[in-house]
Amino acid sequence: MTKKEKALQVVETIKNTFGDAVLDTGGHAGDTYIRIDSKNIHSVLSYLKNELHFTYLTDLFGTDRFTSEERFEVIYNLVSLKTGTRIFVKTWIEEESPVLPTATDIWPAANWNEREVWDMFGIRFEGHPDLRRIFLPEDFEYHPLRKEFPLLGIPGSFELPTTTPNTE
Amino acid sequence: MEKNISLLDKANPTFFKKHQDALLKSLEDKHTTVELDETDPLGTRMILNMGPQHPATHGVLRLLLELDGETIVRNRLDIGYLHRGVEKIAENKTYQEFMPYTDRMDYLSPYSNNVALCTAVEKIAGIEVPERAHYIRMIGCELARISSHLLYLGAMVMDSGAISFFIWTFRERERLYDIFDNFGGHRFTISHSRIGGVHNDLTPEALSMIREFVDTFPAEVAGWKKLLNKNRIFIDRNLNVGKISYEDAIAYGLTGPNIRAIGVPYDIRKFDPYARYDQVEFDVPTRLEGDNLARYFIRVEEMLESIKIIRQCLDKLPKGPVRADNAKHSYPSKDEVYYSMEGMIHDFMMTDTGVCPPDGVEAYHAIEAPKGELGFFIQSDGTGHPWRLKINSPSFTNLQGLEKMLDGEMIADTVVMIGGVDPVMGDSDK
Repeated sequence: MTKKEKALQVVETIKNTFGDAVLDTGGHAGDTYIRIDSKNIHSVLSYLKNELHFTYLTDLFGTDRFTSEERFEVIYNLVSLKTGTRIFVKTWIEEESPVLPTATDIWPAANWNEREVWDMFGIRFEGHPDLRRIFLPEDFEYHPLRKEFPLLGIPGSFELPTTTPNTE
Repeated sequence: MEKNISLLDKANPTFFKKHQDALLKSLEDKHTTVELDETDPLGTRMILNMGPQHPATHGVLRLLLELDGETIVRNRLDIGYLHRGVEKIAENKTYQEFMPYTDRMDYLSPYSNNVALCTAVEKIAGIEVPERAHYIRMIGCELARISSHLLYLGAMVMDSGAISFFIWTFRERERLYDIFDNFGGHRFTISHSRIGGVHNDLTPEALSMIREFVDTFPAEVAGWKKLLNKNRIFIDRNLNVGKISYEDAIAYGLTGPNIRAIGVPYDIRKFDPYARYDQVEFDVPTRLEGDNLARYFIRVEEMLESIKIIRQCLDKLPKGPVRADNAKHSYPSKDEVYYSMEGMIHDFMMTDTGVCPPDGVEAYHAIEAPKGELGFFIQSDGTGHPWRLKINSPSFTNLQGLEKMLDGEMIADTVVMIGGVDPVMGDSDK
Protein backbone atom coordinates (compact mmCIF):
# COMPACT_ATOMS: atom_id res chain seq x y z
CA MET A 1 0.00 0.00 0.00
CA THR A 2 1.42 3.38 -0.94
CA LYS A 3 1.74 6.23 1.51
CA LYS A 4 -1.00 8.16 -0.25
CA GLU A 5 -3.43 5.25 0.16
CA LYS A 6 -2.52 4.93 3.82
CA ALA A 7 -3.18 8.64 4.31
CA LEU A 8 -6.53 8.34 2.52
CA GLN A 9 -7.41 5.45 4.82
CA VAL A 10 -6.73 7.71 7.82
CA VAL A 11 -9.00 10.33 6.28
CA GLU A 12 -11.76 7.72 5.86
CA THR A 13 -11.40 6.64 9.49
CA ILE A 14 -11.69 10.22 10.68
CA LYS A 15 -14.71 10.78 8.46
CA ASN A 16 -16.44 7.72 9.83
CA THR A 17 -15.66 8.56 13.42
CA PHE A 18 -16.36 12.28 13.45
CA GLY A 19 -18.86 12.67 10.62
CA ASP A 20 -19.94 16.28 10.40
CA ALA A 21 -16.79 17.67 11.98
CA VAL A 22 -14.92 16.95 8.74
CA LEU A 23 -15.57 19.87 6.43
CA ASP A 24 -13.22 19.20 3.56
CA THR A 25 -10.56 16.80 2.38
CA GLY A 26 -8.14 16.90 -0.50
CA GLY A 27 -4.53 17.27 -1.43
CA HIS A 28 -2.10 18.20 -4.14
CA ALA A 29 1.01 16.44 -5.46
CA GLY A 30 0.79 13.50 -3.09
CA ASP A 31 -0.08 15.40 0.09
CA THR A 32 -3.30 14.77 1.96
CA TYR A 33 -5.14 17.27 4.09
CA ILE A 34 -8.28 17.15 6.12
CA ARG A 35 -10.16 20.22 7.31
CA ILE A 36 -11.89 20.04 10.65
CA ASP A 37 -14.43 22.28 12.31
CA SER A 38 -12.54 24.40 14.86
CA LYS A 39 -14.85 23.25 17.68
CA ASN A 40 -13.84 19.62 17.25
CA ILE A 41 -10.17 20.14 16.45
CA HIS A 42 -8.87 19.08 19.85
CA SER A 43 -10.79 15.82 19.95
CA VAL A 44 -9.77 14.94 16.38
CA LEU A 45 -6.12 15.64 17.16
CA SER A 46 -6.13 13.53 20.31
CA TYR A 47 -7.91 10.75 18.39
CA LEU A 48 -5.21 10.92 15.71
CA LYS A 49 -2.50 10.62 18.31
CA ASN A 50 -4.02 8.04 20.62
CA GLU A 51 -5.81 5.77 18.14
CA LEU A 52 -3.98 6.24 14.85
CA HIS A 53 -0.38 6.56 16.11
CA PHE A 54 0.31 10.09 14.89
CA THR A 55 2.75 10.57 17.74
CA TYR A 56 5.08 12.97 16.00
CA LEU A 57 4.11 16.59 15.42
CA THR A 58 6.44 17.91 12.75
CA ASP A 59 5.08 21.40 12.46
CA LEU A 60 2.20 23.65 13.39
CA PHE A 61 1.68 26.97 11.70
CA GLY A 62 -0.81 29.62 10.73
CA THR A 63 -1.88 31.17 7.47
CA ASP A 64 -3.68 34.39 6.68
CA ARG A 65 -6.32 33.63 4.06
CA PHE A 66 -7.31 37.32 3.95
CA THR A 67 -11.00 36.60 3.46
CA SER A 68 -13.89 38.29 5.24
CA GLU A 69 -15.06 35.04 6.80
CA GLU A 70 -12.92 32.53 8.66
CA ARG A 71 -9.81 34.47 7.91
CA PHE A 72 -7.11 32.47 9.66
CA GLU A 73 -6.04 28.93 9.07
CA VAL A 74 -3.98 26.77 11.40
CA ILE A 75 -2.32 23.68 9.95
CA TYR A 76 -0.95 20.71 11.89
CA ASN A 77 1.67 18.63 10.11
CA LEU A 78 1.50 15.14 11.63
CA VAL A 79 3.64 12.09 11.03
CA SER A 80 2.98 8.53 12.05
CA LEU A 81 6.34 6.88 12.67
CA LYS A 82 4.63 3.49 12.73
CA THR A 83 3.06 3.54 9.28
CA GLY A 84 5.22 6.24 7.74
CA THR A 85 2.26 8.45 6.84
CA ARG A 86 2.12 12.21 6.79
CA ILE A 87 -1.16 14.05 7.09
CA PHE A 88 -2.13 17.72 7.35
CA VAL A 89 -4.97 18.68 9.64
CA LYS A 90 -6.28 22.17 9.26
CA THR A 91 -8.92 24.38 10.68
CA TRP A 92 -10.30 27.83 9.88
CA ILE A 93 -11.05 30.46 12.49
CA GLU A 94 -12.69 33.87 12.57
CA GLU A 95 -10.80 37.13 12.42
CA GLU A 96 -12.46 38.54 15.54
CA SER A 97 -10.59 37.28 18.61
CA PRO A 98 -9.17 34.12 17.02
CA VAL A 99 -8.88 31.39 19.64
CA LEU A 100 -8.09 27.69 19.39
CA PRO A 101 -7.65 25.05 22.08
CA THR A 102 -4.00 24.27 22.67
CA ALA A 103 -2.35 21.06 21.45
CA THR A 104 0.46 21.17 24.02
CA ASP A 105 -1.32 18.58 26.15
CA ILE A 106 -1.25 16.18 23.17
CA TRP A 107 2.23 16.96 21.83
CA PRO A 108 4.58 19.05 24.02
CA ALA A 109 6.27 19.97 20.72
CA ALA A 110 3.34 22.27 19.96
CA ASN A 111 4.52 24.67 22.66
CA TRP A 112 6.96 26.78 20.65
CA ASN A 113 5.02 26.45 17.44
CA GLU A 114 1.87 27.82 19.05
CA ARG A 115 3.90 30.68 20.44
CA GLU A 116 5.11 31.35 16.92
CA VAL A 117 1.55 31.39 15.58
CA TRP A 118 0.54 33.82 18.34
CA ASP A 119 3.55 35.98 17.56
CA MET A 120 3.02 36.05 13.80
CA PHE A 121 -0.78 35.98 13.47
CA GLY A 122 -2.21 36.89 16.86
CA ILE A 123 -4.09 33.63 17.27
CA ARG A 124 -4.52 32.75 20.94
CA PHE A 125 -4.30 29.20 22.21
CA GLU A 126 -6.48 28.47 25.19
CA GLY A 127 -4.77 26.47 27.91
CA HIS A 128 -1.25 27.07 26.60
CA PRO A 129 1.15 26.99 29.57
CA ASP A 130 3.29 29.93 28.53
CA LEU A 131 1.90 31.93 25.64
CA ARG A 132 4.52 34.58 25.02
CA ARG A 133 5.85 35.90 21.74
CA ILE A 134 8.75 33.83 20.50
CA PHE A 135 10.73 35.87 17.98
CA LEU A 136 9.66 39.43 18.62
CA PRO A 137 9.79 41.21 21.98
CA GLU A 138 6.65 41.47 24.10
CA ASP A 139 6.72 45.24 23.61
CA PHE A 140 5.88 44.85 19.93
CA GLU A 141 2.19 45.41 19.23
CA TYR A 142 1.68 43.96 15.75
CA HIS A 143 1.50 40.51 14.21
CA PRO A 144 3.82 40.74 11.22
CA LEU A 145 2.74 37.82 9.05
CA ARG A 146 -0.80 39.17 8.73
CA LYS A 147 -1.25 40.40 5.22
CA GLU A 148 -2.01 44.00 6.22
CA PHE A 149 1.36 44.39 7.93
CA PRO A 150 3.67 46.26 5.54
CA LEU A 151 6.86 44.59 4.35
CA LEU A 152 8.98 47.53 5.46
CA GLY A 153 7.56 47.44 8.98
CA ILE A 154 5.96 50.25 10.95
CA PRO A 155 8.28 53.14 11.85
CA GLY A 156 8.56 53.67 15.58
CA SER A 157 7.12 50.29 16.50
CA PHE A 158 10.46 49.18 17.93
CA GLU A 159 12.23 50.94 20.73
CA LEU A 160 15.78 50.56 19.51
CA PRO A 161 18.89 51.32 21.54
CA THR A 162 20.59 54.61 20.77
CA THR A 163 24.16 54.43 19.56
CA THR A 164 25.40 56.77 22.28
CA PRO A 165 25.58 55.20 25.74
CA ASN A 166 23.46 56.58 28.52
CA THR A 167 25.95 58.09 30.93
CA GLU A 168 23.56 58.75 33.78
CA MET B 1 13.69 34.81 58.66
CA GLU B 2 12.51 33.82 55.19
CA LYS B 3 11.33 36.41 52.79
CA ASN B 4 9.93 36.11 49.31
CA ILE B 5 11.43 38.59 46.91
CA SER B 6 10.09 38.76 43.41
CA LEU B 7 12.69 38.78 40.72
CA LEU B 8 10.85 41.51 38.91
CA ASP B 9 11.65 43.92 41.74
CA LYS B 10 15.32 43.21 41.35
CA ALA B 11 15.65 43.24 37.61
CA ASN B 12 15.77 46.65 36.03
CA PRO B 13 16.27 46.15 32.30
CA THR B 14 17.16 49.01 29.96
CA PHE B 15 15.50 47.88 26.75
CA PHE B 16 12.31 45.98 25.91
CA LYS B 17 11.08 46.18 29.50
CA LYS B 18 7.87 44.30 28.84
CA HIS B 19 9.74 41.49 27.13
CA GLN B 20 12.25 41.07 29.95
CA ASP B 21 9.47 41.18 32.54
CA ALA B 22 7.46 38.52 30.73
CA LEU B 23 10.51 36.29 30.39
CA LEU B 24 11.40 36.51 34.07
CA LYS B 25 7.79 36.08 34.99
CA SER B 26 7.55 32.94 32.92
CA LEU B 27 10.47 31.51 34.81
CA GLU B 28 8.71 32.34 38.06
CA ASP B 29 5.25 31.18 37.09
CA LYS B 30 5.52 27.53 38.03
CA HIS B 31 6.03 28.39 41.71
CA THR B 32 4.68 31.94 41.53
CA THR B 33 7.82 33.38 43.19
CA VAL B 34 11.40 32.35 43.46
CA GLU B 35 12.29 32.02 47.07
CA LEU B 36 15.40 33.94 47.88
CA ASP B 37 16.40 33.25 51.43
CA GLU B 38 18.15 36.38 52.58
CA THR B 39 19.52 34.71 55.67
CA ASP B 40 21.24 32.09 53.52
CA PRO B 41 24.80 33.42 53.33
CA LEU B 42 25.73 31.12 50.46
CA GLY B 43 22.87 32.28 48.24
CA THR B 44 22.60 28.90 46.52
CA ARG B 45 19.61 29.85 44.40
CA MET B 46 20.21 32.29 41.62
CA ILE B 47 19.16 33.18 38.13
CA LEU B 48 21.93 33.15 35.58
CA ASN B 49 21.60 34.91 32.27
CA MET B 50 23.70 33.43 29.48
CA GLY B 51 23.95 35.08 26.09
CA PRO B 52 22.86 36.33 23.62
CA GLN B 53 26.43 37.55 23.11
CA HIS B 54 28.32 34.50 24.29
CA PRO B 55 30.99 32.63 22.35
CA ALA B 56 29.69 29.18 23.32
CA THR B 57 26.04 29.57 22.39
CA HIS B 58 26.73 29.15 18.65
CA GLY B 59 25.15 32.43 17.69
CA VAL B 60 22.71 34.65 19.46
CA LEU B 61 20.97 32.18 21.72
CA ARG B 62 19.99 33.45 25.14
CA LEU B 63 19.40 31.18 28.10
CA LEU B 64 17.91 32.08 31.44
CA LEU B 65 18.91 29.45 33.95
CA GLU B 66 17.58 29.12 37.45
CA LEU B 67 20.25 27.42 39.50
CA ASP B 68 20.28 25.60 42.78
CA GLY B 69 23.97 25.45 43.50
CA GLU B 70 25.36 23.96 40.32
CA THR B 71 22.17 22.24 39.18
CA ILE B 72 19.79 23.79 36.69
CA VAL B 73 16.33 23.75 38.23
CA ARG B 74 14.46 25.43 35.42
CA ASN B 75 15.42 27.24 32.28
CA ARG B 76 14.00 29.34 29.52
CA LEU B 77 15.45 29.85 26.06
CA ASP B 78 14.96 33.24 24.51
CA ILE B 79 15.34 33.15 20.75
CA GLY B 80 14.58 35.63 18.03
CA TYR B 81 17.71 37.77 18.13
CA LEU B 82 18.39 36.86 14.51
CA HIS B 83 14.80 37.11 13.30
CA ARG B 84 14.75 38.65 9.84
CA GLY B 85 11.21 37.80 8.80
CA VAL B 86 12.28 35.45 6.03
CA GLU B 87 8.74 34.13 5.59
CA LYS B 88 7.41 37.65 5.10
CA ILE B 89 10.15 38.40 2.58
CA ALA B 90 9.26 35.21 0.69
CA GLU B 91 5.71 36.44 0.13
CA ASN B 92 7.09 39.41 -1.75
CA LYS B 93 9.62 37.64 -3.95
CA THR B 94 9.40 35.18 -6.80
CA TYR B 95 10.41 31.66 -5.89
CA GLN B 96 13.78 31.91 -7.59
CA GLU B 97 14.48 35.35 -6.13
CA PHE B 98 13.85 34.00 -2.67
CA MET B 99 16.37 31.18 -2.97
CA PRO B 100 19.48 33.19 -1.96
CA TYR B 101 17.71 34.06 1.30
CA THR B 102 17.62 30.38 2.18
CA ASP B 103 21.43 30.33 2.05
CA ARG B 104 21.39 32.63 5.04
CA MET B 105 19.11 30.45 7.14
CA ASP B 106 21.22 27.45 8.00
CA TYR B 107 24.43 29.10 6.96
CA LEU B 108 26.52 26.03 7.69
CA SER B 109 24.91 23.98 4.92
CA PRO B 110 23.56 26.42 2.33
CA TYR B 111 23.37 23.80 -0.39
CA SER B 112 20.76 21.73 1.45
CA ASN B 113 18.57 24.77 1.97
CA ASN B 114 18.64 25.64 -1.74
CA VAL B 115 17.71 22.11 -2.66
CA ALA B 116 14.93 22.06 -0.07
CA LEU B 117 13.29 25.16 -1.54
CA CYS B 118 13.76 24.08 -5.14
CA THR B 119 12.32 20.60 -4.58
CA ALA B 120 9.34 22.10 -2.76
CA VAL B 121 8.63 24.46 -5.66
CA GLU B 122 9.12 21.64 -8.14
CA LYS B 123 6.65 19.54 -6.23
CA ILE B 124 3.92 22.17 -6.12
CA ALA B 125 4.42 23.26 -9.73
CA GLY B 126 4.96 19.75 -11.10
CA ILE B 127 8.38 20.37 -12.62
CA GLU B 128 10.48 17.47 -13.83
CA VAL B 129 14.17 17.64 -13.06
CA PRO B 130 16.75 15.97 -15.34
CA GLU B 131 18.43 12.88 -13.98
CA ARG B 132 21.92 14.39 -13.92
CA ALA B 133 20.74 17.38 -11.89
CA HIS B 134 19.39 15.03 -9.22
CA TYR B 135 22.76 13.40 -8.81
CA ILE B 136 24.61 16.73 -8.74
CA ARG B 137 22.21 17.91 -6.05
CA MET B 138 22.79 14.79 -4.02
CA ILE B 139 26.56 15.27 -4.21
CA GLY B 140 26.13 18.88 -3.13
CA CYS B 141 23.78 17.98 -0.27
CA GLU B 142 26.09 15.31 1.07
CA LEU B 143 29.11 17.62 0.87
CA ALA B 144 27.03 20.19 2.77
CA ARG B 145 26.18 17.57 5.36
CA ILE B 146 29.85 16.76 5.87
CA SER B 147 30.67 20.45 6.08
CA SER B 148 27.98 21.05 8.70
CA HIS B 149 28.94 18.01 10.77
CA LEU B 150 32.59 19.07 10.62
CA LEU B 151 31.71 22.37 12.18
CA TYR B 152 29.60 20.58 14.78
CA LEU B 153 32.50 18.29 15.57
CA GLY B 154 35.05 21.06 15.84
CA ALA B 155 32.85 23.31 17.93
CA MET B 156 31.53 20.56 20.18
CA VAL B 157 34.96 19.12 20.91
CA MET B 158 36.17 22.64 21.55
CA ASP B 159 33.26 23.14 23.95
CA SER B 160 34.40 20.06 25.82
CA GLY B 161 37.93 21.34 26.09
CA ALA B 162 40.12 20.58 23.06
CA ILE B 163 40.93 23.71 21.12
CA SER B 164 43.21 22.23 18.47
CA PHE B 165 40.49 19.95 17.14
CA PHE B 166 38.58 22.90 15.73
CA ILE B 167 41.52 23.71 13.49
CA TRP B 168 41.77 20.15 12.20
CA THR B 169 38.11 20.00 11.20
CA PHE B 170 38.39 23.43 9.64
CA ARG B 171 41.25 22.26 7.47
CA GLU B 172 38.84 19.74 5.96
CA ARG B 173 36.08 22.34 5.71
CA GLU B 174 38.47 24.56 3.83
CA ARG B 175 38.84 21.82 1.22
CA LEU B 176 35.05 21.64 0.97
CA TYR B 177 34.86 25.39 0.47
CA ASP B 178 37.34 25.06 -2.37
CA ILE B 179 35.23 22.33 -3.94
CA PHE B 180 32.11 24.47 -3.69
CA ASP B 181 34.00 27.42 -5.09
CA ASN B 182 34.90 25.32 -8.07
CA PHE B 183 31.51 23.82 -8.68
CA GLY B 184 29.08 26.52 -7.60
CA GLY B 185 31.12 29.66 -7.95
CA HIS B 186 30.94 30.56 -4.27
CA ARG B 187 32.72 29.30 -1.23
CA PHE B 188 29.99 29.83 1.31
CA THR B 189 26.56 30.97 0.15
CA ILE B 190 26.44 28.87 -2.96
CA SER B 191 22.96 29.33 -4.48
CA HIS B 192 23.86 26.73 -7.04
CA SER B 193 20.54 24.92 -7.27
CA ARG B 194 17.85 26.28 -9.57
CA ILE B 195 14.17 25.51 -9.88
CA GLY B 196 14.16 22.73 -12.46
CA GLY B 197 17.78 21.69 -12.02
CA VAL B 198 21.08 23.26 -11.10
CA HIS B 199 22.89 26.29 -12.43
CA ASN B 200 25.86 24.63 -14.09
CA ASP B 201 27.35 21.24 -14.62
CA LEU B 202 30.22 19.92 -12.54
CA THR B 203 33.51 21.07 -13.98
CA PRO B 204 36.25 18.45 -14.51
CA GLU B 205 38.33 20.17 -11.83
CA ALA B 206 35.46 20.01 -9.36
CA LEU B 207 34.94 16.35 -10.16
CA SER B 208 38.57 15.50 -9.56
CA MET B 209 38.57 17.56 -6.35
CA ILE B 210 35.52 15.69 -5.08
CA ARG B 211 37.13 12.36 -5.98
CA GLU B 212 40.27 13.32 -4.11
CA PHE B 213 38.25 14.46 -1.10
CA VAL B 214 36.24 11.24 -1.06
CA ASP B 215 39.44 9.19 -1.15
CA THR B 216 41.29 11.03 1.57
CA PHE B 217 38.54 12.07 3.98
CA PRO B 218 37.79 8.65 5.58
CA ALA B 219 41.42 8.41 6.73
CA GLU B 220 41.05 11.79 8.47
CA VAL B 221 37.89 10.61 10.20
CA ALA B 222 39.66 7.43 11.28
CA GLY B 223 42.35 9.58 12.88
CA TRP B 224 39.79 11.66 14.76
CA LYS B 225 37.97 8.55 15.90
CA LYS B 226 41.22 7.19 17.23
CA LEU B 227 41.71 10.37 19.20
CA LEU B 228 38.19 10.77 20.57
CA ASN B 229 36.47 7.40 20.85
CA LYS B 230 38.55 6.24 23.79
CA ASN B 231 39.49 9.63 25.10
CA ARG B 232 38.85 9.68 28.84
CA ILE B 233 38.23 13.42 29.07
CA PHE B 234 35.96 13.55 26.04
CA ILE B 235 33.85 10.60 27.18
CA ASP B 236 33.57 11.81 30.76
CA ARG B 237 32.44 15.15 29.45
CA ASN B 238 29.74 13.70 27.17
CA LEU B 239 28.55 10.38 28.53
CA ASN B 240 25.06 10.63 30.08
CA VAL B 241 25.00 14.37 29.48
CA GLY B 242 21.88 15.84 27.93
CA LYS B 243 19.97 12.59 28.09
CA ILE B 244 16.43 12.54 26.79
CA SER B 245 14.05 9.61 26.93
CA TYR B 246 12.62 7.88 23.87
CA GLU B 247 9.09 9.10 24.60
CA ASP B 248 10.19 12.67 25.25
CA ALA B 249 12.29 12.80 22.11
CA ILE B 250 9.25 11.95 19.99
CA ALA B 251 6.85 14.10 22.01
CA TYR B 252 9.14 17.12 21.74
CA GLY B 253 9.60 16.43 18.05
CA LEU B 254 13.40 16.31 17.92
CA THR B 255 14.73 15.79 14.42
CA GLY B 256 17.88 14.74 12.66
CA PRO B 257 20.84 13.19 14.46
CA ASN B 258 19.28 14.12 17.80
CA ILE B 259 16.30 11.80 17.36
CA ARG B 260 18.38 9.08 15.73
CA ALA B 261 20.63 9.12 18.80
CA ILE B 262 17.71 7.71 20.83
CA GLY B 263 16.86 4.96 18.37
CA VAL B 264 14.21 6.46 16.11
CA PRO B 265 15.36 5.86 12.53
CA TYR B 266 13.56 8.95 11.24
CA ASP B 267 15.50 10.08 8.19
CA ILE B 268 13.63 11.76 5.33
CA ARG B 269 16.07 10.23 2.84
CA LYS B 270 14.58 6.84 3.76
CA PHE B 271 11.19 7.93 5.08
CA ASP B 272 10.14 9.81 1.96
CA PRO B 273 12.99 9.61 -0.58
CA TYR B 274 13.53 12.69 -2.73
CA ALA B 275 16.04 13.24 -5.55
CA ARG B 276 17.50 9.77 -6.20
CA TYR B 277 18.14 8.63 -2.65
CA ASP B 278 16.16 5.48 -3.38
CA GLN B 279 18.77 4.55 -6.02
CA VAL B 280 21.78 4.61 -3.72
CA GLU B 281 22.64 2.35 -0.84
CA PHE B 282 23.36 3.77 2.55
CA ASP B 283 22.58 3.10 6.19
CA VAL B 284 20.92 5.34 8.73
CA PRO B 285 23.05 5.13 11.86
CA THR B 286 21.07 5.00 15.09
CA ARG B 287 22.01 4.55 18.71
CA LEU B 288 19.99 3.91 21.84
CA GLU B 289 21.66 6.02 24.53
CA GLY B 290 20.23 9.42 23.60
CA ASP B 291 23.03 11.37 25.23
CA ASN B 292 25.64 13.73 23.86
CA LEU B 293 28.12 10.96 23.17
CA ALA B 294 25.55 9.09 21.07
CA ARG B 295 24.95 12.25 19.05
CA TYR B 296 28.66 12.48 18.39
CA PHE B 297 28.84 8.86 17.19
CA ILE B 298 25.81 9.35 14.94
CA ARG B 299 27.27 12.40 13.25
CA VAL B 300 30.65 10.80 12.66
CA GLU B 301 29.00 7.73 11.13
CA GLU B 302 26.78 9.97 9.00
CA MET B 303 29.81 11.66 7.50
CA LEU B 304 31.12 8.28 6.40
CA GLU B 305 27.71 7.35 5.00
CA SER B 306 27.74 10.61 3.07
CA ILE B 307 31.07 9.64 1.56
CA LYS B 308 29.49 6.34 0.53
CA ILE B 309 26.60 8.18 -1.16
CA ILE B 310 28.93 10.57 -2.98
CA ARG B 311 31.00 7.64 -4.28
CA GLN B 312 27.89 5.97 -5.68
CA CYS B 313 26.67 9.24 -7.18
CA LEU B 314 29.99 9.76 -8.93
CA ASP B 315 29.80 6.24 -10.36
CA LYS B 316 26.20 6.57 -11.46
CA LEU B 317 26.33 10.20 -12.66
CA PRO B 318 24.32 10.01 -15.89
CA LYS B 319 24.97 12.14 -18.95
CA GLY B 320 22.51 14.77 -20.05
CA PRO B 321 21.24 18.27 -19.36
CA VAL B 322 21.35 19.77 -15.88
CA ARG B 323 18.24 21.95 -16.13
CA ALA B 324 14.71 21.32 -17.36
CA ASP B 325 14.33 22.44 -20.98
CA ASN B 326 11.01 24.20 -20.56
CA ALA B 327 10.69 27.97 -20.69
CA LYS B 328 7.76 27.98 -18.26
CA HIS B 329 9.60 25.92 -15.67
CA SER B 330 13.19 27.03 -15.47
CA TYR B 331 15.76 29.47 -16.73
CA PRO B 332 17.04 28.89 -20.27
CA SER B 333 20.75 28.24 -20.66
CA LYS B 334 23.02 31.23 -21.16
CA ASP B 335 23.75 30.17 -24.75
CA GLU B 336 20.10 30.58 -25.61
CA VAL B 337 19.85 33.89 -23.78
CA TYR B 338 22.79 35.42 -25.60
CA TYR B 339 22.10 34.10 -29.08
CA SER B 340 18.34 33.90 -29.51
CA MET B 341 15.48 36.34 -29.09
CA GLU B 342 13.18 33.72 -27.51
CA GLY B 343 15.81 32.76 -25.00
CA MET B 344 16.18 36.39 -23.99
CA ILE B 345 12.42 36.80 -23.57
CA HIS B 346 12.17 33.59 -21.59
CA ASP B 347 14.97 34.68 -19.31
CA PHE B 348 13.21 37.98 -18.77
CA MET B 349 9.88 36.27 -18.06
CA MET B 350 11.47 33.90 -15.57
CA THR B 351 13.03 36.79 -13.68
CA ASP B 352 9.93 38.94 -13.81
CA THR B 353 7.13 36.42 -13.23
CA GLY B 354 8.86 33.17 -12.49
CA VAL B 355 7.30 29.80 -11.92
CA CYS B 356 3.53 29.95 -11.40
CA PRO B 357 2.04 26.95 -9.60
CA PRO B 358 -1.74 26.39 -9.97
CA ASP B 359 -4.11 28.62 -8.04
CA GLY B 360 -5.18 27.55 -4.56
CA VAL B 361 -2.97 24.51 -4.15
CA GLU B 362 -0.52 23.77 -1.39
CA ALA B 363 2.33 21.34 -0.98
CA TYR B 364 4.89 20.40 1.59
CA HIS B 365 8.27 18.98 0.81
CA ALA B 366 10.97 18.15 3.29
CA ILE B 367 14.55 17.08 2.88
CA GLU B 368 16.97 15.67 5.39
CA ALA B 369 19.21 18.63 6.08
CA PRO B 370 22.30 18.01 8.23
CA LYS B 371 20.40 19.18 11.30
CA GLY B 372 17.17 17.34 10.62
CA GLU B 373 13.97 17.69 8.69
CA LEU B 374 13.94 20.93 6.72
CA GLY B 375 10.55 21.42 5.13
CA PHE B 376 8.97 24.10 3.00
CA PHE B 377 5.20 24.41 2.97
CA ILE B 378 3.98 26.52 0.08
CA GLN B 379 0.51 27.86 -0.55
CA SER B 380 0.06 29.28 -4.01
CA ASP B 381 -2.42 31.83 -5.33
CA GLY B 382 -1.50 31.23 -8.95
CA THR B 383 1.04 34.05 -9.22
CA GLY B 384 4.80 33.85 -9.23
CA HIS B 385 4.96 34.73 -5.53
CA PRO B 386 4.01 32.30 -2.80
CA TRP B 387 0.88 33.26 -0.87
CA ARG B 388 2.39 31.69 2.21
CA LEU B 389 5.69 29.98 2.64
CA LYS B 390 6.32 28.23 5.91
CA ILE B 391 9.75 26.98 6.80
CA ASN B 392 9.94 24.05 9.15
CA SER B 393 13.45 24.49 10.42
CA PRO B 394 15.24 21.72 12.29
CA SER B 395 17.12 23.99 14.70
CA PHE B 396 13.85 25.46 15.98
CA THR B 397 12.48 22.03 16.91
CA ASN B 398 15.78 20.85 18.35
CA LEU B 399 16.13 23.94 20.54
CA GLN B 400 12.74 23.21 22.03
CA GLY B 401 14.08 19.80 22.98
CA LEU B 402 17.15 21.47 24.49
CA GLU B 403 14.90 23.39 26.88
CA LYS B 404 13.59 20.06 28.10
CA MET B 405 17.05 18.44 28.26
CA LEU B 406 18.63 21.23 30.32
CA ASP B 407 16.34 20.70 33.33
CA GLY B 408 18.20 18.90 36.07
CA GLU B 409 21.60 19.04 34.40
CA MET B 410 24.75 20.63 35.75
CA ILE B 411 25.57 24.20 34.81
CA ALA B 412 29.01 23.19 33.51
CA ASP B 413 27.40 20.89 30.93
CA THR B 414 25.23 23.61 29.38
CA VAL B 415 27.84 24.59 26.84
CA VAL B 416 28.54 21.00 25.80
CA MET B 417 24.82 20.34 25.44
CA ILE B 418 24.27 23.34 23.21
CA GLY B 419 27.16 22.09 21.10
CA GLY B 420 25.72 18.59 21.06
CA VAL B 421 22.27 19.65 19.90
CA ASP B 422 23.95 21.72 17.19
CA PRO B 423 21.55 24.62 16.66
CA VAL B 424 22.07 27.36 14.09
CA MET B 425 20.32 30.52 15.09
CA GLY B 426 19.86 31.75 11.55
CA ASP B 427 17.83 28.61 10.97
CA SER B 428 15.75 28.68 14.12
CA ASP B 429 15.04 32.42 14.12
CA LYS B 430 14.18 32.59 10.43
